[in-house]
Amino acid sequence: MSVIATPARQSTGGISARTVNRVVIYGLLALFALFYLMPLFVMLVTSFKTMDEIQNGNMLALPQAPTFEPWLKAWGETCVGLTCAGIKGYFWNSIKMVVPAVLISTLLGALNGYVLTKWRFRGHTLVFGLMLFACFIPFQSVLLPMATILGSLGRFGVTLRNATGLSFGLGNPTVNLVFVHVVYGLGFTTLFFRNYYEAFPTELVKAAQVDGASFFQIFRRIMLPNSMPIFVVTVIYQFTNIWNDFLFASAYAGTGDAMPMTVALNNVVNTSTGVVEYNVNMAAAMIAALPTLLVYVVAGRYFVRGLMAGAVKG
Amino acid sequence: MTTVATQIKLTPEHNARPGASMRSRLQDALPKLVLAPSFAITVVFVYGFILWTVYLSFTNSKTFPSYAITGSRAYQRLWRWTFESDPPSSWYTSITNMGIFGFLYIFICLALGLFLAILLDQKIRGEGMLRPIYLYPMALSFIVTGVAWKWFLDPGLGLEQTLHQWGWTSFHFDWIKNKDFVIYTVVIAGVWQASGFIMAMFLAGLRGIDGEIMKAAQIDGATTFQLYRRIVIPLLRPVFLSAFIVLAHLAIKSYDLVVALTSGGPGGSAWLPSNFMYEYTFKRNEMAVGSASAVIMLMTITAIIVPYLYSELREKPR
Repeated sequence: MSVIATPARQSTGGISARTVNRVVIYGLLALFALFYLMPLFVMLVTSFKTMDEIQNGNMLALPQAPTFEPWLKAWGETCVGLTCAGIKGYFWNSIKMVVPAVLISTLLGALNGYVLTKWRFRGHTLVFGLMLFACFIPFQSVLLPMATILGSLGRFGVTLRNATGLSFGLGNPTVNLVFVHVVYGLGFTTLFFRNYYEAFPTELVKAAQVDGASFFQIFRRIMLPNSMPIFVVTVIYQFTNIWNDFLFASAYAGTGDAMPMTVALNNVVNTSTGVVEYNVNMAAAMIAALPTLLVYVVAGRYFVRGLMAGAVKG
Repeated sequence: MTTVATQIKLTPEHNARPGASMRSRLQDALPKLVLAPSFAITVVFVYGFILWTVYLSFTNSKTFPSYAITGSRAYQRLWRWTFESDPPSSWYTSITNMGIFGFLYIFICLALGLFLAILLDQKIRGEGMLRPIYLYPMALSFIVTGVAWKWFLDPGLGLEQTLHQWGWTSFHFDWIKNKDFVIYTVVIAGVWQASGFIMAMFLAGLRGIDGEIMKAAQIDGATTFQLYRRIVIPLLRPVFLSAFIVLAHLAIKSYDLVVALTSGGPGGSAWLPSNFMYEYTFKRNEMAVGSASAVIMLMTITAIIVPYLYSELREKPR
């Protein structure tokens, strides 16, 4: 539906007016591209500069003697709070939290979506509505009760460990965060799969039922092989959301060795002791951003589809 | 959960048929059994916890929860603080900031998103390259966005310093350190992050418009401007609604960005209600007040989301 480019209204000065038009459009688009790229560019460039160059040079200038030092320092040496062992530990914390949380919530979402579309019962809309609304609540309204419960579970875990020698993950901040992210991610994953399976032909399921296939057989043999795209969308969406989460992370693992990447990054940047090493801060920020950026670069199309599906009920 | 019970009663043939094995009854209940844990989790950890928070807001909990109802003192305090503008109470600052941030963030994102989408829809060469550039900030954490913009807007290091070096020495831009303007820097970073996504929503909407309508309007002699104002933009109404819901929801939930970009601003001048809630609950030992503010946030979002979800779920009664 290109409008400006159509030749319908070309008058005498048509060609030149059109050219001007195109130049303006491309100019504006390029200008905005600069606006969006600028912070990333500055971050990247700064992370390869020495402190000397940062203080005396121009923010936008390319590094004169590019150095990997800040990246190595951010990864292995910089101080997060009082411990100075870099952010690598926290990076792994995030991975240990993200992988199980994404897998569990996605799988549960797939099963829920399957039930809510192909095995409907009275009140299925209400059940779905209640789960859907849960996606939109401000998490501040559940933050405190969850902290209380996690605290009690932690104390119970200590008792359990004293009694049996095993705490079964109770009280472990990473386990807690996995649990929290599964609970509050279920709404979205269910939404994604429900909308996807809604369009999936029910006749196929009916036919398999007539042939005597069971609930799980149908799910495994018919639904799953046809769910690849929505799995990719859901996994990417959940991965990005959980990796980037800060509120839960700071509330339930805000201090200590178990804090995820986002909290650690915030601590690195806001540590006020000694000289602020901007290049190290920027390198740390880049490291925190890399996993999600990488996913975006590799599977941008699915990423956008996930955002859209989360925004508009399809 | 009651649905499970009634559903079993509603299918009496299994009880009537004595040959019906345990197995087939299990098969019938299986779908509900599979859904039940997720639903139970939602009921307890979302709705139960919300009630819990509401309950706490009517107690006088300080550092630790107390469970004796003491009335609506927390709400009365918030109400009093709402009008305490000189010197501004933290709550007054938070809700005024919410108003400024919410309005500008939503308005600029919608305007910029629509504008970029229309530009991109003019048969642009290199669209495939530009679109991801506009959209990538959405993949970043608010913390990363905050760190990047904190650097960029820092008067001593960022934009101001750069322009000084280029010779524009009278240029002055210290909003991020200025208590009256710090909230606008949150708007800038927020718009940077979300506007590309809104652009993608509008672009998808534009691509869905029937080309015939456009042609007909052009034949009738409509100018490009008229075409967009009278035909295209009204047709995009559903996209405006979805985009508004997304943005309003993001705005009310915004917390991380304020923390990372401004650390709360000078004297807490960049707080939003979410920061107020966190600080009062976990740092200032005013749990009841924190809970009351969380309830107010929840009610605001509910007022926006519930009518929307209700209409969306009702549309397809299949």
